[in-house]
Amino acid sequence: MELKILLDIGYFIGAVLFIFGLRQLSSPDTARKGNLLAGLGMAFAIVCTLFYPLETGSNNYLWILGGLLVGGTVGWIMAKKVAMTDMPQLVSLFNGFGGACAVVLGGTEFRNAIVHETALSNTGLFILLITIFIGGIAFTGSLLAYGKLQGLVNDKKVTFNGHTYLNLILLVAIIALLVFLIATGAVDQIWVWVIFVAIILIYGFSFVAPIGGADMPVVISLLNSFSGLSAAAAGLLYNNQIMLIGGILVGASGTILTLMMCKAMNRSLMNVIIGGFGSSNTSAAKGAVGDQVAIEVSINDAAIQLYYAKSVVFVPGYGLAVAQAQKTCKELDDLLEANGVEVSYAIHPVAGRMPGHMNVLLAEADVPYPKLLDLDDANAKIKEADVSIIVGANDVVNPAALDDPSSPIYGMPVLEVWKSKNVFVMKRSMNPGYAGIQNPLFFLDNTRMLFGDAKDTLKKLVTEVKSL
Amino acid sequence: MGLLEFIQENLLAIYVLAFAIILGFEIISKVPTVLHTPLMSGANAISGIVIIGAILLIRSSAPDDYPALILGAVGIILGMLNVIGGFAVTDRMLEMFKKKK
Repeated sequence: MELKILLDIGYFIGAVLFIFGLRQLSSPDTARKGNLLAGLGMAFAIVCTLFYPLETGSNNYLWILGGLLVGGTVGWIMAKKVAMTDMPQLVSLFNGFGGACAVVLGGTEFRNAIVHETALSNTGLFILLITIFIGGIAFTGSLLAYGKLQGLVNDKKVTFNGHTYLNLILLVAIIALLVFLIATGAVDQIWVWVIFVAIILIYGFSFVAPIGGADMPVVISLLNSFSGLSAAAAGLLYNNQIMLIGGILVGASGTILTLMMCKAMNRSLMNVIIGGFGSSNTSAAKGAVGDQVAIEVSINDAAIQLYYAKSVVFVPGYGLAVAQAQKTCKELDDLLEANGVEVSYAIHPVAGRMPGHMNVLLAEADVPYPKLLDLDDANAKIKEADVSIIVGANDVVNPAALDDPSSPIYGMPVLEVWKSKNVFVMKRSMNPGYAGIQNPLFFLDNTRMLFGDAKDTLKKLVTEVKSL
Repeated sequence: MGLLEFIQENLLAIYVLAFAIILGFEIISKVPTVLHTPLMSGANAISGIVIIGAILLIRSSAPDDYPALILGAVGIILGMLNVIGGFAVTDRMLEMFKKKK
């Protein structure tokens, strides 16, 4: 009995550590400590669970130890080996594992109820179904997000016109099945469960399928909040407070982060889920009008303009991550600063494929934090800049967002790079961006193109600037 | 059972739930963009708390109930990947933020 009280206190400490950990994670100076605190909270929770007195069962510690060791080791290695540029897909993958864990739990409890012929209460059944439901979406949804980010899955190939209707049908089917199961209590049939789980897993894929491009950060954050909620639901299942609190904290914080990003794009969450941006390109690609010509600039010319500028603003996007060009970018930055150029970075809230993606990459290249400007500060700085240089960004610098109501991104706040004296755009080719939207920026009078891989181009600029 | 009765019986749980939700919203609402990724990744690691359920599942199973044991172990592996991987990768990101000072 005394052990039980001690362990309950341990759980309490774990929950408090989660809260302080999250709190400190949201401030730059304390973030690292916050992460460690949250980790410590998790250690408390796991250790207490190992010794918590149970009424039945034979502990089976070997099985537990084996699982902890295998999962821990593999997770550690994956986290240590991943390249910083592959971070978004790894986070997504880990999130999928959490969702999968909830599905396995729900499924096993289900199976146990049938095999051991224990009766589930209606409430218990409902919680079980919800756990599988939310966890299942987090699981397969995150897997598809991983596939998309890793480049294994092409956005256009997994979606079609009217995909929203398919999703709607699946969702209705799931809810109907859920109601049916609770109403009839026909839960002693394995096949009913198999169908239930199968539809949910398909729905998870289908849910993420139409979402792509600049909306990826939003969906990753949303799936993160789902896996939190599924953990919380599982907490109800086991009547375990720390699962409930930890899960709810993640669910709530993930939701607010998702909404913040939607707000940054001036769109509703519903709009993102329906996938208006990533997949529909009805009027979009047609914007490529024949008589518009994008003008190229030579490396030499660009280098001179950069070197003698008073102020230069870098605008990084996903292309920077793909080309792994962040360190070369910093090298150019250093050279320019040595000549007295004021260099800053304009960070759009949804640049990249993960919330805050660019910040992480530039931090890896040792770019000091104060040089990174948020949307409003960046736009103020851009107006005074001699050169804005766009490194692999596209949709977040598209003027159509402001003046073309027919554009899919109309209404999204963008970086108004065209207001600086000169604009250099680094781009692989004239293909429209990831979202398939044509960008009128390329055809403006003060815009010059630098075609090629971002890293190669930056390297050439570095060499050229050095020789000046 | 009426709704009021349900509320009365689970009053404490409802308190906890409400406070946790409010806390989650409050903690995050003023976070700078630079920390979005680590914060999400750290929260992601916390959602691995679902592993607790897998441990309880194995502990409460009979020693010869192999399907439950195997599924439980799979659950622990999945949860542990999320937990350790999540915290380790977050730490790696934050380490880079620190360096330049």
